[in-house]
Amino acid sequence: MAPAAKTSPEIETGGGVWRFPAGQPLRLDSGASLSPLEVAYKTYGHLNADKSNAVLVCHALTGDQHLASQHPVTGKPGWWDRVVGPSLALDPDRYFVICANVVGGCMGTTGPASIDPGTGEAYGLAFPVITIADMVRAQAMLVEALGIDTLFAVIGGSMGGMQVVQWAADYPEKLFSAVAIATAARHSAQNIAFHEVGRQAVMADPNWRGGAYLKAGVRPEKGLAVARMAAHITYVSEAALHRKFGRELQRDGLSWGFDADFQVESYLRHQGASFVDRFDANSYLYITRAMDYFDLAGPHGGVLANAFIKARKVKFCVLSFTSDWLYPTVENRAIVRALNAAGCRASFADIVSDKGHDAFLLDEPVFDQALRGFLAAQAQARGLS
Amino acid sequence: MTAVREDFAEILRLVRPGSRVLDVGCGGGELLELLTREKGADAQGLELSPENVSACLARGLAVVQGDGDRDLDHFPTRAFDYAILSKTLQQMRDPRHALSELLRIAEQAVVSVPNFGHWKMRLYLLGRGRMPETKALPDPWWSTPNIHLCTLRDFIDLADDLGLRIDACAALSNGKPARAMDPKGVLENWRAETGLFLLSRRAEPQPEATPRNLFGEVELPKAEGPKRTRKARK
Repeated sequence: MAPAAKTSPEIETGGGVWRFPAGQPLRLDSGASLSPLEVAYKTYGHLNADKSNAVLVCHALTGDQHLASQHPVTGKPGWWDRVVGPSLALDPDRYFVICANVVGGCMGTTGPASIDPGTGEAYGLAFPVITIADMVRAQAMLVEALGIDTLFAVIGGSMGGMQVVQWAADYPEKLFSAVAIATAARHSAQNIAFHEVGRQAVMADPNWRGGAYLKAGVRPEKGLAVARMAAHITYVSEAALHRKFGRELQRDGLSWGFDADFQVESYLRHQGASFVDRFDANSYLYITRAMDYFDLAGPHGGVLANAFIKARKVKFCVLSFTSDWLYPTVENRAIVRALNAAGCRASFADIVSDKGHDAFLLDEPVFDQALRGFLAAQAQARGLS
Repeated sequence: MTAVREDFAEILRLVRPGSRVLDVGCGGGELLELLTREKGADAQGLELSPENVSACLARGLAVVQGDGDRDLDHFPTRAFDYAILSKTLQQMRDPRHALSELLRIAEQAVVSVPNFGHWKMRLYLLGRGRMPETKALPDPWWSTPNIHLCTLRDFIDLADDLGLRIDACAALSNGKPARAMDPKGVLENWRAETGLFLLSRRAEPQPEATPRNLFGEVELPKAEGPKRTRKARK
């Protein structure tokens, strides 16, 4: 793997693992509860005197709390160091930025690879099925533990955006503003279908061992890599993939076999191979399941607007990308229409980009401007300097 | 900064301070910014062009990228005090529906329309026999976004037909301050280049009580519907 082109400047100001005592379990949608709960997080910047400048960033499916810090496994810069940093949209001089690994994750927050206190071994499939609302509930516990009543903003893209709208539905009184990016209020049949392919790839790997691979000292790396390869295709647009690779070959001439002849094959194999170093296969199953179960309108009588009825004081911004076919514009617009119907103030922009779903992680100046403009206006309204 | 556009100045004059305003077709957000700054309004925009939406967001304005033809339906009833539609009605697919929607989602609507009955238009058409191209409507027929042009009289008839009341009305000409006008004035349909209207819904007429049938089998004459000045056209 190529060494990271650059490393994040050291702007981290805190973090670690918050251990909630056994008396403070995480109550799950499934009816089960998780205890003890540990939440791994990072912070950037400092909480101001009136505790009005806290921003929670929610990460996507395979993201983690290393928002703007070098990743301990890959050595790569933080996944959103384009947005969080000095003079950027989320400037640590102005905001206290928090990012926590989701429950079910594998970077320090309690997940299927954590030790089950009941057995003394890794949970594996004994880990309870979790939901987006469970992730948000764990975040709310952390935010409260950090002594913060109201978040200036909750921001996230993709699965992070799902958490943002869930926050708005469950804890509107704790939010001043909310930014949901390239997301949806429910998983579509196509979304579920792609996730099912990924899960089946993991479970088809003989090393998966019914989820008990850690005990056996093996890992279903091939299955997880294939899952990642399939998923990665959904994160980029056809145009971006073609621009990057076309039909270019790795070497001169065809191999007349099944080597990675095409550059796009080699690229996907690299994506798969590097992913298994940093991600737990069971976490992948649990988190994709949480996303598939996500349907914010469901518990609100099937009417999405009802989920936002209590969020009328929250200022919303929804951003989508024209070439995102994973969570397309129409899904994002559905959130905006529901917000409007609920009487919430919402801004919405469909950013012109040919980079596909991952555009929110990439260089998109118009997106940066929109996010920066929205946050600056809200900061002014909130009286932040 | 240059002088405030004459229609914006008139809108600023009409809008109560601190009110909730929806600007449909808000462009780059000039009016939204004026309303926020000068009137302390809680202003939101609806805009089709992605460039304009990004510009609005970068200026810190609340704006939804959307289409006035499709997205008005998604706003709740009486969500705003004012809905503003500046020289855009003639570009909409269904102006009748749009106008009706504006007055569902807002208490009052401020609507300005270019007057196709202006003397320059009439002379142009009469003299040259071609579709008019004027300062107010500069595009040739084959590229104009104006697909539903009307005269002031046409507009007033539509408002009347929809049960709308004209609370205020002004004539606008390029570069000149707005001039109050009598919407029924015959000359205005020649003189006003653009008409700006403050509209609200007329009080709902009380439904006529249906007389109880005290006589068994005898059929009672049906109550007539409310009289209309013109037949509604679909």
